[in-house]
Amino acid sequence: MAKEMIKLENVSKYFGDKQVLKGVNLSVASGETFLIIGRSGAGKTVLLKNIIGLLRPDSGKIYIDGADITQFNNKELEKVRYQFGLVFQSAALFDFLTIEENVGFFLYQHTNMKKAEIRKKVKETLALVGLEGIEDHYPYQLSGGMKKRVAIARAVIYNPKIIIYDEPTTGIDPIAIDKVVSLIEDLHKRLAITSLVVTHDLEVGLKISERIAFLLGGRIIFQGKKDDLENIKDPRVVQFLHGSSAGPIKEMEV
Amino acid sequence: MSASLKLKAFIVVPFLSKLQTLFQYIGSISFFIGDIFWWLFAKKRDIKAVKREIILIGLNSLPLVSLISFFVGIIIAFQTAYQLKQFSSEIYIASLVALSLVRELGPVLGSLIVAARSGAAITAGIGSMKISEQVDALEAFAVEPIDYLVVPKFLALIIAMPVLIIYADCLGIFGGYLVGNSKFGIPFHFYFKLTFDALKMKDLASGLIKSVCFGAIIAFVSSYEGFKPFSSTDVSKSVTHSVVRSFILIIVCDCILTALFYFMF
Repeated sequence: MAKEMIKLENVSKYFGDKQVLKGVNLSVASGETFLIIGRSGAGKTVLLKNIIGLLRPDSGKIYIDGADITQFNNKELEKVRYQFGLVFQSAALFDFLTIEENVGFFLYQHTNMKKAEIRKKVKETLALVGLEGIEDHYPYQLSGGMKKRVAIARAVIYNPKIIIYDEPTTGIDPIAIDKVVSLIEDLHKRLAITSLVVTHDLEVGLKISERIAFLLGGRIIFQGKKDDLENIKDPRVVQFLHGSSAGPIKEMEV
Repeated sequence: MSASLKLKAFIVVPFLSKLQTLFQYIGSISFFIGDIFWWLFAKKRDIKAVKREIILIGLNSLPLVSLISFFVGIIIAFQTAYQLKQFSSEIYIASLVALSLVRELGPVLGSLIVAARSGAAITAGIGSMKISEQVDALEAFAVEPIDYLVVPKFLALIIAMPVLIIYADCLGIFGGYLVGNSKFGIPFHFYFKLTFDALKMKDLASGLIKSVCFGAIIAFVSSYEGFKPFSSTDVSKSVTHSVVRSFILIIVCDCILTALFYFMF
């Protein structure tokens, strides 16, 4: 196995009395596309926020590129975030900024690059995601699928080591889904970047990922290669794979 | 149920609970204000962002401030004339309009308008950013939301408010002049001579200090309330809280400052 880019050891997180993550263990190799799948409310977003240092786990360790970030102070955690590109479920483009300012946001904030240089880089990155001539538009002028692609451009422009997609295909039409999925696959091939995809859309997840973890009730109940799913016996995973309401996972259980 | 139990159940317990909520609010907004001041001096500031906020906050409130201060000037002139005519001293409306506007009504009314107009917009803007994950996106890009969103608004408000209030005072005085001239025949140069004779530096200073303090209150409360929503319905609640709490704090602060200036000047 290649070098571990992300490693979680026994990570737990509470909100008040509610334990959202219950001893999560996870390992993502450098350069692979890893899928975290689970029902809505299973703790996927909380897990992501712990990985990028927006939340701190109550116990356990999180290693990013070999460094234990749970020991880091806020300033050091800020630097850790430079290694991540994050594509949000809602795209989360800043609605008061133009597309150019959105895509170049990280470069404007954290580098001394000149405006003309940033504008050139933004143009190149937008071309990479199949969008051109929209630099001066505002987010409200774009369709849902275009916003997702702009969000991907914003996440890859500064060459992060890891890119995280949080529900990349939620809220867009099937044609836009196909474009976004192709784009994720294409970027992975071209940039050889470590990708972590979090979704409840099994079809999309299986198409783009190499390994999978299944999160249920704050625990990882399955972790392995895509092919291992064919021989899986755990009735909870089987129920989710078949999308059946009958089985051990009840309606209210996440 | 005995009288003492009723008193406890319906008055003491709800009162203590409200008091606890009030102290929690004061505690958490104090930490928030501390964060604003920390970020204010933590790094070099982008002047462009402050300029943009001054335009948004100041210019957007300008028509409403103009309209209200002009009419308030007219109202004060008529109300003071009503009393002064008993002593045939209508000529003093100039000084009374000027003093009441510059020392009190200009800053208070102007701030209430800005709190309702721009404060509400700040809360709604940050609130909608929060529920659409834009605030999370800022953090993910290693940008502190208080530094990026709140500090420029705070600076813009404490810079724009005094300017806006001076402008409001001038319009109010002009409104008073229209009454003085048309109803009582006071000539232009004489009306303004009386106005400037009545106004001392301390009057101007007290009005300006108040407007800076009220601007800061609007920035603190409207931004703090903006970070609270978790859903779209919470945004409307936060906007209401922002306006109501800003109003209350402006009036309380005005009371304290007025008492303070009374003893100081």
